[in-house]
Amino acid sequence: MIVEGKVLKFGDKIDTDIIIPARYLKYTDPQYLAQHAMEPLDPEFYKKASAGVILVAGKVFGMGSSREQAAIALKASGVRAIIAESFARIFYRNAINNGLPAIVLPGVTQLINEGDYVKINVETGEIIVNNQKVYKGRGITGMPLKILESGGLLDYLKKVSIQNQGGN
Amino acid sequence: MPQTLTEKILSRASGKSVAPGDVVEVKVDIAAFHDLTGYHVIEVMEKAGMLKVFDKQKIVIAFDHLAPPPDVRSAEIQTQIRKFVKELKIPNFHDINVGILHQILLEKYANPGYVIVAADSHTTTSGAVGAFAQGLGASDVAAAVITGKTWVMVPQPFKIMLEGKPGKWINGKDVALKILGDFKADYFNGMSIEIFVREPSAFPMDFRATVSNMGIEMNADALMFVPDDETVNYIKTNRGYEPNTVRPDEGAKYVDEYTIDLGKLEPLVAAPHSVDNVKTVNEVEGLDVDQVFIGSCTNGRISDFEIAAKILKGKRVKSRCIAIPASYDLFKKAMELGYIETLVNAGCIVTYGTCGPCLGGHFGVAGPGETIVSTSSRNFKGRMGSNDSKVYLAGPAVAAASALEGKITDPRRFS
Repeated sequence: MIVEGKVLKFGDKIDTDIIIPARYLKYTDPQYLAQHAMEPLDPEFYKKASAGVILVAGKVFGMGSSREQAAIALKASGVRAIIAESFARIFYRNAINNGLPAIVLPGVTQLINEGDYVKINVETGEIIVNNQKVYKGRGITGMPLKILESGGLLDYLKKVSIQNQGGN
Repeated sequence: MPQTLTEKILSRASGKSVAPGDVVEVKVDIAAFHDLTGYHVIEVMEKAGMLKVFDKQKIVIAFDHLAPPPDVRSAEIQTQIRKFVKELKIPNFHDINVGILHQILLEKYANPGYVIVAADSHTTTSGAVGAFAQGLGASDVAAAVITGKTWVMVPQPFKIMLEGKPGKWINGKDVALKILGDFKADYFNGMSIEIFVREPSAFPMDFRATVSNMGIEMNADALMFVPDDETVNYIKTNRGYEPNTVRPDEGAKYVDEYTIDLGKLEPLVAAPHSVDNVKTVNEVEGLDVDQVFIGSCTNGRISDFEIAAKILKGKRVKSRCIAIPASYDLFKKAMELGYIETLVNAGCIVTYGTCGPCLGGHFGVAGPGETIVSTSSRNFKGRMGSNDSKVYLAGPAVAAASALEGKITDPRRFS
């Protein structure tokens, strides 16, 4: 699985209240949520991300709430993958469960800049920056990869359930 | 090989001996959700075409985030969930008049050694009785509700020892903030914290619940108090039975350990906009405060109300002050003990069993430019309302003293 795009960069501890404020949580419609993604930090984020971007961020990206709308909002706004120094556990799972690749690369905020063009091999964690430098992040393998490749946990569950019904 | 509490619980739940770093499937003892995440959990179940639960007795649902409903959409969400409860005949359902999910789990359901997952990050609260309790997103909880299983990566265990006795105005919040200030919010990522209390009765269940609750702010995978006499007494008193306990083995291996002397703690505050931006109350004393919130699943328990009542008795608050016990049972207890009357007479607004202003939901949303002192768990930018508001997190003593003076105040002045 390969994803690529231009980089938008953020700092440490981007929390879920920044990614999608609580007042929008009464709905799960991806397009509605996308319009409010990252709103407290950058009201223009939705426009910037709409062409398809890769987020680069610092420590414990997605810390805070369990709100799955955070992953849904980012994906729907055009984020194709997130590379961070580290992820908060719940957000990491929510990202995978919604088909949004999350790659851990310690030191990434020193290595990749806003506007760089990156190409990621999600499985191996290999990241190519501006067709020049190559870094090795933590790839996604095993069941999380299967979930990602299915497009998210929901589609994965459906697939497994159909296989089971088929007597395989 | 000697096992930590984390390894013991996850070995039992997965049916094999686990070590840190292992990814294992575990059986869950309780899967839970509330109104705001619940409709999303049900939506995922419906879309997957699997509207069924693995064991009715092991599902817990409570209405707290939107309780009572502040708008039509919230009411609609609750109606959808009530319909689900009725159709699937879920017995452990708690409507708007019972309390906050995490408090209810602690009061009625959580046992030492349990694996608990719920669609809310503060599920870590059940770690107060020694349960491995994790918040998960709606999809993961939907899968757990359907199958009774989830997967976990076994975290690296870290040991914290609490020694000595806390002073008069010191509470669980000061311990949580001490850990956050010393280690910062990213340190425990991928770890579970196991807390040993040298003198169990010196650190009661209320305080433990506050620390466990904020385990998620430390980004720990779980935060558990090692079950001891205090744990057994709490469950026996509240539920009338003696729980089975589970403890780490002698000689179990931890990645590191750390000791806190409770007797040396002073009242602490987390300044905007980060939970680990921790300062002593003296460093921020004198700052004007518009609103104080005493409550939430972090600090809405009897001892919190006891401390607030001690400070506010016979006086009037200068800041707006909202006080919300974490459950209906606690509200009644606080009423019997006279704490509610004291707070109402001091000019506080008191209601029961809702998350209210903690997440900028309702019942006291922060306006632009306002400064809030809150006993809740998060002070992220815009958390309690306007992006231009500022939230200072503190324990109930600092909160009540600040309400009284209209500015951030050291409660030790009221000794």
